[in-house]
Amino acid sequence: MSERGTPGERILLGHGSGGKLYRDLVKDVFVRAFANPVLERLDDAAALTPSGRIAFTTDAHVVQPLTFPGGDIGRLAVAGTVNDLATAAARPLGLAAAFVIEEGFLLDDLRAVCASMAATAREAGVPIVTGDTKVVERGAADGLFITTTGVGEIVVAHELGSAAVRDGDAVILSGGIGDHAVAILAARGEFDFRADVRSDCAPLWGLVEAAVGAARASGGEEAVRFLRDPTRGGLTTVLAELAEESSLGIEVEEEAIPVSPAVRSVCDLLGYDPLTLANEGKMVVVTAAEAADAVVAAVRATKYGSEARRIGFVTAAHPGRVALRTPFGTRRVLDMPIGELLPRIC
Amino acid sequence: MTAAADLGRLAADLRAEAGPDLTFMEVCGTHTMAIARYGLRQLLPEGVRLISGPGCPVCVTAMADLDRVLAIARLPEVTLVTFGDLIRVPASRGTLAAERAAGADVRIVYSPSDAVRIAAEEPDRQVVFAGIGFETTAPTTAAALLEARAAGLGNFSLLSLHKTMPLPLRALLDLGETPISGFLLPGHVSVITGTACYEFLAADYGISGVVAGFEARDVLEALLMLVRLPEAGIAIQYTRAVRPEGNVVAQRLLEQVFAPSDADWRGLGVIPGSGLALREEFAGADAARRFAVDPGLSLEPPGCRCGEVLRGVTDPAECALFGTRCTPEDPVGACMVSSEGACAARYRYRGLDDDV
Repeated sequence: MSERGTPGERILLGHGSGGKLYRDLVKDVFVRAFANPVLERLDDAAALTPSGRIAFTTDAHVVQPLTFPGGDIGRLAVAGTVNDLATAAARPLGLAAAFVIEEGFLLDDLRAVCASMAATAREAGVPIVTGDTKVVERGAADGLFITTTGVGEIVVAHELGSAAVRDGDAVILSGGIGDHAVAILAARGEFDFRADVRSDCAPLWGLVEAAVGAARASGGEEAVRFLRDPTRGGLTTVLAELAEESSLGIEVEEEAIPVSPAVRSVCDLLGYDPLTLANEGKMVVVTAAEAADAVVAAVRATKYGSEARRIGFVTAAHPGRVALRTPFGTRRVLDMPIGELLPRIC
Repeated sequence: MTAAADLGRLAADLRAEAGPDLTFMEVCGTHTMAIARYGLRQLLPEGVRLISGPGCPVCVTAMADLDRVLAIARLPEVTLVTFGDLIRVPASRGTLAAERAAGADVRIVYSPSDAVRIAAEEPDRQVVFAGIGFETTAPTTAAALLEARAAGLGNFSLLSLHKTMPLPLRALLDLGETPISGFLLPGHVSVITGTACYEFLAADYGISGVVAGFEARDVLEALLMLVRLPEAGIAIQYTRAVRPEGNVVAQRLLEQVFAPSDADWRGLGVIPGSGLALREEFAGADAARRFAVDPGLSLEPPGCRCGEVLRGVTDPAECALFGTRCTPEDPVGACMVSSEGACAARYRYRGLDDDV
């Protein structure tokens, strides 16, 4: 087992034993990929030095297939936690990664996932400073599960969230929606279609930092009100929860919400609503109205925000409800999606 | 011209030309969804009412048929394959989703040929496809059955819940419960059937029908055509997809595999000749014959008015359960479950003025 990189080499139960195999795995795969001084100490806990309030989050990743157009479970695991920290306006300080690996998993595949995690973490400017690995018997896990936990320092002094949102605030979306869900569906091959869609999976701290800075500069210290990444449940869920929690209404313009033609046609085919589909590289930003133009411009200047748009506004008119204005001048309520995605049959 | 201005103009024409009291019925679940999703009721003049008919395949499936599906799904040797819409529909005692959670092998597909693939890949399983839908989906089921036969798959069988469209319209008109000024006829079904099968509406009942497409503009334009027809007749608005003679190849496929049979419709009861049963030569692949199950006594959920909703007699919002005890999260009746059900469409895409 000492020959590194032997093709076809697989993870054994022994790799999770805590003994020599385990130690080799940690050094050869994880420390090598995530190379940073904190991790290299191989202590049971990493010491970080935050300067202010911290945000703390965790996220389990069980995506199937492990690799898909636009990303893989590694990129997803890092981006997911970085983005959760970003919703608290927190600059990521350090990540922890826990791996549950099914016996027989290819070592090269694990290396590839770790390389992807390392690249994504570098992009987000955050080190992976500690972790854990368990190997379970064949059949007890589906290949590889990764849980990432993150600590970040919050860069604003005020409390973000639904309670900070005010009547008249602007609702901004950082780009087109539905790409991740459709890319995964297509990659799974359950349906007889091919879609030229890549997952939008990306770490968004840079985008959020730009938005927070622009909001502060143009609308004052508390101009950014609310940040949320529309993952499972999609944009609809984020807006519906915000309306419910804030006891304010939200009105959005259907035509302002970017949806790519490929995503739209898959939705038409399978009966999905793009507004309820998962994204992994988008952010909903609510700001004071006077800061909105500057925030949109700042977000558009970042790598993952070129399609950012103001899509609607907060209103006291219909508390607790989200109104969607259709291209036909009519309005309807946007409701949270439920349970299984159902296809049409007629 | 913007979409809103274009629709505004059509709505204005409708306002100018429509009589004071008109009720049009749409008989396709996709129309029901489109009308709700685009908020088209908000554009209609006051005297024009749109009601939903028996056009959602899952909704019109009788309780006894659902009970049979569940009973077959419970057999340990069976892998029950169907469309997602059927999974959460309440039968007398439970749903397919609940059966699956309890251990039954229930799988969702998007195409009947996926069921054939499962049968080929898992020869030790009895794969039963619960086929549901009107003339739109029945030909794909027929094709799958022929595919399974050609591949010699003895472990594949079909439980046909398929139904055909025009006859329930006659049943509905014979009941005479709702004054109907005209029908928005189903676009997808008519692609297959053509329009001759609807002529009886005009000839026997003096009621017009227009085959409509599914965009907001299609629906308003079709309503305007209904208002403008000089005398009762059948017309096609959806000319980009529908020809008067329909799709002859698909029609032949249906005839080759299926024979008309009695079918039980929720809300309308048994309508002779409105079902699609497997022809005698395919009896060996008929799940209803292969699996002798006792589905038990069928019970409608108390208070549920799905039957009346499907006949257009009761508006979804008039049901006491609507939006209170019956919601898409926790549905009592089929019309709230199916993505094409009238209650689900109304609830999901309700306007800001609806008090739910």
